Amino acid sequence: MPNTYFQNYLVILLMLGVVVLLAGGMIVLSYLLGQHRPSRVKLSPYECGMVPTGDARQRFSVKFYLVAMVFILFDVEIVFLYPWAVIFHELRMFGFLEMLLFLLLVGAGFAYLWKMGVLDWTGSDTGGPAGGTGGSPAGGRAGGPE
Amino acid sequence: MSPLMVLFALAKIVVILLVLLTVVAYAVWFERKLLAHMQCRWGPTRVGPHGLLQPLADAIKLLTKEDLTPSEVFPLVYLLAPFLSLVTALLAFAVIPFGPETRVGGMDLFQIADLDIGVLFILSVSSMGVYGIALAGWSSNSKYSLLGGLRSSAQMISYELAIGLSIIGVLLLTGSLSLRAIVENQAGAYWGFLPRWNIIPQFAGFVCFLVAAIAETNRLPFDLPEAETELVAGYHTEYSSMKFGMFFMAEYANMVTASCLATLLFFGGWHGPVFGPAILQALLPLLWFSLKVLFFLFLYVWIRATLPRFRYDQLMAFGWKFLVPLALGNLVVTSLVLAIRWS
Repeated sequence: MPNTYFQNYLVILLMLGVVVLLAGGMIVLSYLLGQHRPSRVKLSPYECGMVPTGDARQRFSVKFYLVAMVFILFDVEIVFLYPWAVIFHELRMFGFLEMLLFLLLVGAGFAYLWKMGVLDWTGSDTGGPAGGTGGSPAGGRAGGPE
Repeated sequence: MSPLMVLFALAKIVVILLVLLTVVAYAVWFERKLLAHMQCRWGPTRVGPHGLLQPLADAIKLLTKEDLTPSEVFPLVYLLAPFLSLVTALLAFAVIPFGPETRVGGMDLFQIADLDIGVLFILSVSSMGVYGIALAGWSSNSKYSLLGGLRSSAQMISYELAIGLSIIGVLLLTGSLSLRAIVENQAGAYWGFLPRWNIIPQFAGFVCFLVAAIAETNRLPFDLPEAETELVAGYHTEYSSMKFGMFFMAEYANMVTASCLATLLFFGGWHGPVFGPAILQALLPLLWFSLKVLFFLFLYVWIRATLPRFRYDQLMAFGWKFLVPLALGNLVVTSLVLAIRWS
C-alpha cells in the first residue's frame, strides 16, 4: 500500500514537470518567434489611447481585504467539514449534532457579518471606511462612472 | 517505481495532455461557432471546412505576434502570472478519471493518478489559479488590469466557498474524497430505471456547484474581471502574443475541468447503458463521459449567449447571500436525512 501510495504522488510530480516544461516552452517560443519592435508609446500602459495619468498602484477599496479575511475564516470552516463528511457514516446522529452546533456558531458570525454590511457592495459603506479617500475607482461600485 | 513504469506514466501524461489541449483549442472553435449560430451569424468559416482549422491558425498567430513587455511592469511577476495560470489549470486534470479502472501492466489507463484525496487536490490546485490572475493584475501596473485582478480575486475566493460547501453533500453520500469512488458509488439505478446519479439527492448542491463553477472560471454572466465594456480586457489587458494566449488556454482548461468535475460528482461520470461486443463495452463509458462533458461545455456557451452580465454588487451579494446559505442549508438537510437513515 505505501508503495502505490507514493507512486501516485510521483506521477503527479511527473505531470507537474511536463506541464511546467510546456508552459515555459510556450513563453520561450513566443519570445523567439515573435517580432520585437518596441517603441516608447507602444510600451506605455494601455489607457484607451490617452497618455496614462498617474500610477496604477493607487489605494483601492478596503472591501477587498474584508472579503479576503472573511473568506479565510469560512475556508477554515470548510476544512473542518471535509474530514467530518468523509467519516459521517460512522458518526451518524452524534456527528450531525456536533456539526450543527459548530455550524450554528459559524452561522451566528455569518449573520453578524451580514448585519454589519460586510457583504453589501452598494450605497453607503456601513462596514467601515471602505472606498478609500482618494476617490479611487476600484470600489467596484456598480453603475458608477468607473 | 521501475524506469519502465515511469516511461509508461510519462507517455500517458503526454497523451492525455495532448487530448486536453486539443479539446481546449476546439472548445474555442465550438464556442465561437455555437455563439455565432445562436446570433444568426456564421462564425469562423475561412480556415478549413467549417473553420475547423481556425484553432491551429490562432495558435500560429499568437506565437508569431509581437512579444511585448510594457515598460511599467514588474517583469518577473509579469512573466510568472500566465505561467502559473496555465500550470495550475492543466495540473488539476491529473486526478480526473475518464473511464472505469482499466489496468495495463499495473497502471491505470484512464486516469493519470488515482489519489485518495482527488477532490481536495482539484480544489487546492485550481484555487492556486487565483494567484495567476491577481499577480497579472498587480504586476501589469495598468489601472484596468489592477481593477480586473482585484475583482477577479474577490469573486473567485467568494465562489470558492460555495463550491467547497456544495461538494460536501456528495462527500456525505459517498464517504470518500476519491473521484473514482464517488463515481462508482453512482452506479446502478433507483427502481430500475432512474440512474443513481448524485444530482437526484443533491439537486440543490448541484445548482450551487454549477453556478459557482461558472463564476470560478470567470465566464459569463460572471465575467466581471474582463468585462470588455468597462475594463478593456481586465487582468490581461497588458498581455500580448502567447502570454495572452496562455490566459485564454487556462480559462478554457478550467472550463473543461469544471465540466469534468460536474460530470463526475453529480452526473454519474462514465456510467450509462453499456452493451454490445467487448470492444464496444470498453469504449462506451468513455463516450458517455465525453458526451456529458460536452453537454456542460454546451451549457457554458448557451448561458453566455442567453444571459447578460451581472453587476458587481449583485455578483457578490448572490455569492454570499444566496449560494453560501443555500449550500449550508443543503449540507444540514443532507446530513440530517443521512443521520436518520443510518441510525
